[in-house]
Amino acid sequence: MAVTRFPLRAEGVADRMAGFIAHLRMNGLRLGPGETVAALAALSAVKATDPDQARRALKTLLVPDADAWRRFDDLYDSYWFNMGKQRQGEANVNVRVQGAKPALWQSHLGADGPEQESDAGQLDGGDGEAEGTDGRLIATRTEALSRRDLRELMDEDSLRAAEKAAQDLGRALRDRRSRRLRQAVRGRELDLRRVMRASLARGGEPLDLPLRKRPDRPLRIVALCDVSGSMTTVSRVFLAFLRGLISVDTRADAYLFHTRLMRVTDALRDRDTLRAAGRLSLMAEGFGGGTDIGGALRTFNAGHAGRAVNGRTVVIILSDGYCTGAPEAVAEGLRRLQRRAHRVVWLNPLNGWEDHAPVARAMTAARPYLDALLPANTIAALAALEPEFARL
Amino acid sequence: MRAMRETELRERLAATGYVADETLSMALHLALTLGRPLLLEGSAGVGKTEIAKALAEVLDARLIRLQCYEGLDAGHAIYEWNYQRQLLAIRADGADEAALFSEKYLLKRPLLEAISQEVRPVLLIDEIDRADEEFEAYLLEILSDFQITIPELGTIRARTRPVVVLTANGTRDLSDALRRRCLYSYVDYPDRETELAILSRRAPDVEARLARQIIGVVQALRREELEKSPGIAEMLDWAGALSGLGINDLSANPAQVQATLVCLLKTAADRDALPPEVMARIVGKVA
Repeated sequence: MAVTRFPLRAEGVADRMAGFIAHLRMNGLRLGPGETVAALAALSAVKATDPDQARRALKTLLVPDADAWRRFDDLYDSYWFNMGKQRQGEANVNVRVQGAKPALWQSHLGADGPEQESDAGQLDGGDGEAEGTDGRLIATRTEALSRRDLRELMDEDSLRAAEKAAQDLGRALRDRRSRRLRQAVRGRELDLRRVMRASLARGGEPLDLPLRKRPDRPLRIVALCDVSGSMTTVSRVFLAFLRGLISVDTRADAYLFHTRLMRVTDALRDRDTLRAAGRLSLMAEGFGGGTDIGGALRTFNAGHAGRAVNGRTVVIILSDGYCTGAPEAVAEGLRRLQRRAHRVVWLNPLNGWEDHAPVARAMTAARPYLDALLPANTIAALAALEPEFARL
Repeated sequence: MRAMRETELRERLAATGYVADETLSMALHLALTLGRPLLLEGSAGVGKTEIAKALAEVLDARLIRLQCYEGLDAGHAIYEWNYQRQLLAIRADGADEAALFSEKYLLKRPLLEAISQEVRPVLLIDEIDRADEEFEAYLLEILSDFQITIPELGTIRARTRPVVVLTANGTRDLSDALRRRCLYSYVDYPDRETELAILSRRAPDVEARLARQIIGVVQALRREELEKSPGIAEMLDWAGALSGLGINDLSANPAQVQATLVCLLKTAADRDALPPEVMARIVGKVA
């Protein structure tokens, strides 16, 4: 693999580096001009002509979290090595679009999905690649033809209604105050223990009067939304709801799953609504395929749960429970999740129908591990859940 | 002090018994040359805390450790006046005010300790994600300016810039501001060769064949779906237990091997997930 040569002029390196930072920024890493300077400083501290050393140095410097850590090598290759450069030759505008693609599609298509046709031979084997070749990728491509554009799904009214519902839900969950008292600048009562301690400094006179209050211990919402074929009719409502939830509560976290699980919190939080919808449509490609709830829960438990779920988290699963995997896997996933989370709530759109009995095998298997199984198929139904949540 | 090259740093770390991979040694090298704090993330048991200890040994510097916990406040992290001693001093000889607020009555906590050293120390801020967000904000100021203001004494500036290592294992999300100020490295479980090197470095008396078997089994266990994957410390414990029992072939003593799994598996569910038959299969594969 040939290396992009640095031009001889000094500002050439700086330019290329600024381009690289822009490329990373385009792919969702939050970097400023300060990082460009630091990156150049870092390169001067290592042997910059050794691509491997330069890669490791820049990775350490520019990556902010574990998620970006896994993506960095691909982003690095696509900019500094041939793949990125060829595209740059075509048209400048295209570089941006192409450069942005892998990051958006990655979780869905596997490491190097979209580029496999063009330069399949050149790619080094990422771990996602094996998954990309097992047939699911082909199915996904067929699905892409019938891709739903979420831009039309998210009209202003439904967004507003969903946001309102999410707000109410969030409020029902938020007002949770601890029983323990903690030191606070603007507290309600004296913290006698600290008054004593502080009085020592004043020769036993209680001059400093520290206060204490009950701290807010808000519950955090983590939502897992099913976007498989059986859910198509209601997923529009649920996506709007997710967006509402994320925009209202900065701590909330959202995931979509069908045969794979992907985190969409950042895409939903994008302030640019259109771009958010665009990112989402890309991610949700393969909408209307099969579902593997057990697999999705397993991925979630193994990867995200450690960070996203703790004793103050309410996990909401939005799914109809029709799934191709084994019901035992669903039960096992929920069992683990329930032990970690404060409450696990399943919102099933089918429950909203009259005379519906939860006959889906996954649903039956899941029931013992749920704190609540509630109906929800429209935004109105979601809004009506508030008292139910307040009781949790 | 003279800047060390990355490879030299790696060799010297290895000499202290810490086998670092290329990415990690690069991160440490940059942290030293750029003088920025280094944030290490990764699962429990991959040796994040050990890095700071090894680094202190390599640099021949003092290791100052601040263990974070929920509710950690400035009085425990930065400084506090020793009120009892001050009171005693007043009672005893009516000491004047200037003397009362002198370094003699100052209890230095780790952060103040770290910036008032003559020789550059290594400051380890362990499990920063356990501390509250307010504390994180306070830390930002110290990490960028390396100075602490004590109203009675004035501002204390760092005489030497400490090498700062922060560790986190994902209890909560850290703020972007903190992440931006730090270099970042994600520490993963080591690959087979690296882990073998760690084992032979830490427990040289374990035979080569047994060592290969141990590493094979531990790596296989990490691929199993366990609630708590065995870390490096667990692996070393297990190796110690096995060689202590005089076992030199895992497949020959299945009963004893099963009994020593207490070193590796730390939850009841994981114990149940690995009955003797499953262990026999895993051991059979690596033997």
